[in-house]
Amino acid sequence: MQIYDVVIIGAGPAGLAAAIQCRENNLDVVVLDEFPRAGGRLLGQLHQEPNGQWWNGIEESKALLERAESLETDIQLGVSVHHIEKLDDQFVIHTKKKYFHTRNVLIATGAAESPAPIPGWTLPGVMSIGAAQVMTNVHRVKVGEKGIIVGVNVLSAAIARELQLAGIELHSMALPTRNVVVDEQSDPRLVMDRLSRIAHLAPSKFIQLGSKFAKYKFVQSLALKYYPTNGIKMWGMPIYLNKAIKQINGTDKVESVTMVDVTINGDIVENSEKEIPVDFVCIAGGLYPLAELAAVVGCPFIYSEELGGHIPIHNETMETPVKGIYVAGNITGIESSKVAREQGKVAGLAIAHKELNSIDIEEKLQAAVRNVVATRDAASIQFHPGISEGRKKVSTAFQETMKTQKELELVR
Amino acid sequence: MTNRIVDHPVLGKLEERQKVQFEFDGKTYEGYENDTIASALLAHGIRTLRKHEESGNPRGIYCNIGHCFECRVTVNGETNVRACLTPIKANMIVESGQVQPHPLNPSQEGDIPKTYAEYLEQEGRG
Repeated sequence: MQIYDVVIIGAGPAGLAAAIQCRENNLDVVVLDEFPRAGGRLLGQLHQEPNGQWWNGIEESKALLERAESLETDIQLGVSVHHIEKLDDQFVIHTKKKYFHTRNVLIATGAAESPAPIPGWTLPGVMSIGAAQVMTNVHRVKVGEKGIIVGVNVLSAAIARELQLAGIELHSMALPTRNVVVDEQSDPRLVMDRLSRIAHLAPSKFIQLGSKFAKYKFVQSLALKYYPTNGIKMWGMPIYLNKAIKQINGTDKVESVTMVDVTINGDIVENSEKEIPVDFVCIAGGLYPLAELAAVVGCPFIYSEELGGHIPIHNETMETPVKGIYVAGNITGIESSKVAREQGKVAGLAIAHKELNSIDIEEKLQAAVRNVVATRDAASIQFHPGISEGRKKVSTAFQETMKTQKELELVR
Repeated sequence: MTNRIVDHPVLGKLEERQKVQFEFDGKTYEGYENDTIASALLAHGIRTLRKHEESGNPRGIYCNIGHCFECRVTVNGETNVRACLTPIKANMIVESGQVQPHPLNPSQEGDIPKTYAEYLEQEGRG
């Protein structure tokens, strides 16, 4: 029976970057991913950087994959992992294909999208914003002729632009109306506050949008009160914080949406209903870390709103308190794929250092840790303004967890 | 294939790929190598991949990356396969999900055995 040095779960930017570091140090590695193509969510990304250059996720993924393949990395696609079992001196990775035995595991499963359900959302033609991104940029299939985006945030604005680039017509971006599940996403004040705080960091067109909001920074409720009836336009498409989608209509597929006016508190204005014909709807509820596998293997968690949800506790070299379990990428908090890639490098080097214990690797590891911070600071898209505070919280939690673990061992 | 994004201002022209024929609910469709079942069908304008097991309401892709399980179909006899993660293969037989008999509703229960004796009888062991 083969015992791997490391099994990497997820072939996105974090997983592939880690695999490269491990292979450069000759570790026995296998990378698993359930999607049929390597690259993860990086595959779909396509946006213009502030310097005017395009960030092309397909090309970035290809570069990582080619490097990994040149190092003869074993990458197995179409393999779903459903459990990690902890034995005394190793882990067993349960997949739909077979069991993999390993001394170390890197969980780089990325993020999933929070649903923002509104009536009618199960109709064919309604999809998450990420689904539309993958269909458009990866599979190169049009998701429809004319659509609307429900949910205004940095991710949905970026993907709206990608749909436009592919020649898909969008009516507008609007909020969902408030219901029990959709709360934060339906609050015009909160949505505007988040947009204005991130706008200065985002690519070219966001800056223009941002400055429009920033003018009203001290009087945001006034800005909402006088929000233009026709929305603020980005790339010719209106963004509405004063209109919301109440329901999606159709018998066997999407035929239209019902749009209403909302007050600055998000309350529906009476008799303001309008029916807008569309053949697809994208729902954008934001991203959260996909961390179930870390939970089943016993990693402790901490909640961080700044990082997008429940985060497996880890330190700056991506170790969790469960010895041999590492995390990297969006499972550690929602950030750009560039940060994920640097985190993957750190995790790969940390595992190599644990297995080989060399000074040379340790130096590289320290440099990689500094690179994560530098990449974060330079990121053009930040999903949340408080990312650094969130990171600090997680580090502190790691130290406290380790301290408690030691004390418990002493008691025993 | 009508719904393909052939020319893209940044990603360039869609590269020529091997064509693959497969079957969905008894009809033959053509897709490209590396297409998933979901993308190949959407390229033909097909959004509905299954009916809800109880209500019969139509369902299609939601997340497109394997998390939500809304796109589950039957592939070569294997049930609950995610159309968004499964690449099409030549001569693959894909069937949409259908309404299932309801164990608690007498009008929908079909041939589900109501007693252990009936179960044994159906199994031919009565």
